[in-house]
Amino acid sequence: MEEVKNNKITDKIWDFFASVKLAIIIFALIAITSIIGTIIEQRAEPAKNIEVLTKLFGESLAPGLYTIFEKLGFMDMYRSWWFIALLVLFSVNIVICSLERLPRIWKLVKEPIGPMSEEQLKKFPIKRELILKGKIDKVRETITGAIKASGFKNYKENKEEKSLQFFAQKGNYSRLGVYLTHFSILIILAGAILGMSLGFKGYLNLPEGARSNVAFSYNGKEIPLGFNIRCDNFDVEFYGRSDMPKEYRSWLTIIENGREVLQKSIVVNDPLTYKGVTFYQSSYGLITENFNRGIFILRIVSGDSQISNLNLRAGDTFQIPGTSISGKIIDFSPALKIDRHGHAFTYANQMNNPAVYIDFSESGKQLLSGWILKRHPETWQLPGGHRVEFLDYWGVEFTGLQVRKDPGVWVVYLGCIAMSAGLFIAFFMSHRKIWVKAIEEKNNTRLLIGAFSNKSSVAYERKIDRLVSVINKRQEGGK
Amino acid sequence: MDSSFFFGLSTMAYILAMIIYITYIAFKKNQIGILATTVTIIGFVSQTLAITLRWKEFADFIGMGFIRSAPLTNLYESLVFFVWCLILGYLIIEFKFKNRSFGAFITPIAGLALAFIDISGMSKEIQPLVPALQSNWLLAHVVMSFIGYAAFALSFSTGLMYLIMTTEKRNGSSYIFWTLTFGIFLIVLISMGIDFLKFHVVVKPEIFIKSYMFKTSFLNPSSVVKAISWITAIIIFFIIWRYGHILKTVIEKFNITPEMLDEITYKSIAVGFPIFTLGGLILGAIWADQAWGVYWSWDPKETWSLITWFIYAFYLHSRMIRGWRGKKVAIVSVIGFMAVIFTYLGVNLLLSGLHSYGSA
Repeated sequence: MEEVKNNKITDKIWDFFASVKLAIIIFALIAITSIIGTIIEQRAEPAKNIEVLTKLFGESLAPGLYTIFEKLGFMDMYRSWWFIALLVLFSVNIVICSLERLPRIWKLVKEPIGPMSEEQLKKFPIKRELILKGKIDKVRETITGAIKASGFKNYKENKEEKSLQFFAQKGNYSRLGVYLTHFSILIILAGAILGMSLGFKGYLNLPEGARSNVAFSYNGKEIPLGFNIRCDNFDVEFYGRSDMPKEYRSWLTIIENGREVLQKSIVVNDPLTYKGVTFYQSSYGLITENFNRGIFILRIVSGDSQISNLNLRAGDTFQIPGTSISGKIIDFSPALKIDRHGHAFTYANQMNNPAVYIDFSESGKQLLSGWILKRHPETWQLPGGHRVEFLDYWGVEFTGLQVRKDPGVWVVYLGCIAMSAGLFIAFFMSHRKIWVKAIEEKNNTRLLIGAFSNKSSVAYERKIDRLVSVINKRQEGGK
Repeated sequence: MDSSFFFGLSTMAYILAMIIYITYIAFKKNQIGILATTVTIIGFVSQTLAITLRWKEFADFIGMGFIRSAPLTNLYESLVFFVWCLILGYLIIEFKFKNRSFGAFITPIAGLALAFIDISGMSKEIQPLVPALQSNWLLAHVVMSFIGYAAFALSFSTGLMYLIMTTEKRNGSSYIFWTLTFGIFLIVLISMGIDFLKFHVVVKPEIFIKSYMFKTSFLNPSSVVKAISWITAIIIFFIIWRYGHILKTVIEKFNITPEMLDEITYKSIAVGFPIFTLGGLILGAIWADQAWGVYWSWDPKETWSLITWFIYAFYLHSRMIRGWRGKKVAIVSVIGFMAVIFTYLGVNLLLSGLHSYGSA
């Protein structure tokens, strides 16, 4: 007590943080500001949020409100100093409130239980009474057997006048489940801080064939990787003939000290990790300035099955093996569509339907010309049984990679496991106590059972009923 | 027979069960009660069959293996699964508490939700999986989230029933709270129904809710219609507020005590909360980490899940530490479920973010 009196200011601070009012205020503030953060699009173009605010508050108020919200940091609020301060306050509150209650709970966990009088037993929320034939010594085994069978392995015994009492408790530590849950929140927040301070988040748009030894943070700064990463190829696969993407795949190679150390093709949900840096498939696109510098990968099969694999550029000519037919690459479209009047046009600025226009001629004489489409093999067939397979137009796409290093992620995962375990203990386990008092009356034994659980007593009551029926059965069987 | 046959059968069974449950409350004959339960179980079994069949159809269609073909990838499939969880939860309660009256409240929700899917013309087609959804986490994440949602839905209806049963005075804050909540639900449903009658032929349901909600009433370009809508809304509020006690007398016939409602509310939340935490938040974070490289990005869906989680955490703490019982916590459970609805539907339909595929 002396010590407490000496620290009046710290005492006041403690009380402030231990108050439930503060907890509610923090809860409410986090919730309300979070809601605002989901309505205002985070890190978006100002025009977008001015539009949102106009919708909600009208044209006259929107610009003013935007300025106010921007000044308060709502445009990137989850990273603003005051939101982080709220999270810190929240953690401090959890710690203090938990500590405040810990001594009482710890006492309940550690406290051994003692024998009870008959009057006390009769006041229990769960109580049963039954008469067994025979003296205590005879029924003793039956009782202890039933207690053990209900899961109370370490029961204690107390000899009293003309009676014998057994009592036991289990699941004492389940009372600490809530502490594990609270603690896990702190572990997760610690993991998040660890990741923020020692790791990085960035992106890298890597053209096919290019390599990089840096990634870029979202404010444009270079982040050295310590090794090189090269994109060997990128491809989108579609469902059937539709434009619905089935798979985005990048073939990546890690190069360190001039040696290729790792090769992997990544898709969404299956990233590549090297030396703690993880590369996620996140976007893709066309590089328009490379448009005429890409390489057409063609496979030519002549009518008599002679095959040649070719890498060509726009304007190049090639020969169908074993014939005098030559083809010249004239044009390319990343997403070709033919309109109703038979005109070809490009309908998207992604490689949704790559097509190459080829002029064929035989000994200088124009033969035919037309579009050959990568996704439509029926356009590969030429008269005379020849086939021009359009496999890829390489070097004009880039893969958009999300790059991340987060040494804290394992701490976060550990916190998640702790939280799951804590919640399971807190909600699905309970601290249960039982007392069985055997009182000798003439040639019979009267049993008084009292039981207590800190959680749902309905389930425990059923368990006690089962214990009673076990005793009854053994008694009959023993006769 | 394909999945749609069994979906139809289960919809009919739930609607039939609703009628039988109401008859049961009126006549209190045990045989009628058993019939109601049987019809509900038939509906549940055929819905289970329907989901299984659709799962198989989906697996055959996309060819990505069994685990990745869970039919839980769009609004239609998730609503169906939500109804399935709700009925399962109800059957457990009926069995545990040996009380059937509650069925008259749950089977209409189930039947109406399934009928709503049919009427709204929501796309039932099997859609191929976009790359982000091709993950083994999908199954566990979505299934557990929806078990959580269904448990919260149960706690909402018992919480609301508790409030209806225990409030007496028309000027009491709890009475005003529940009549207001009830009124908002009713008015939103009615005005959406009117919107729907006017626009649904023109557009797909997703776009319908995004751009046409309340356009016939509260957001009508004509200010006269706008004013009439608001006046009607206020009249509806007033009628519910004035005659709310009629609902009380109805529920009192159900053979349910307020204590029981309080307990079911608590137990549903005590089951829903850990499952939602693990399945919705934790598994969601692990999956996001694998797919996007961020376990938590404050995307609107994540943020709203967290808000929901906070509200239910508040419910549990106020009950366990402050010893709140009855009206106060019942109000929290009602508010909690409103957050659930917004997390489930509102975020996808009204806000944009990484989780947007849920709306299609």
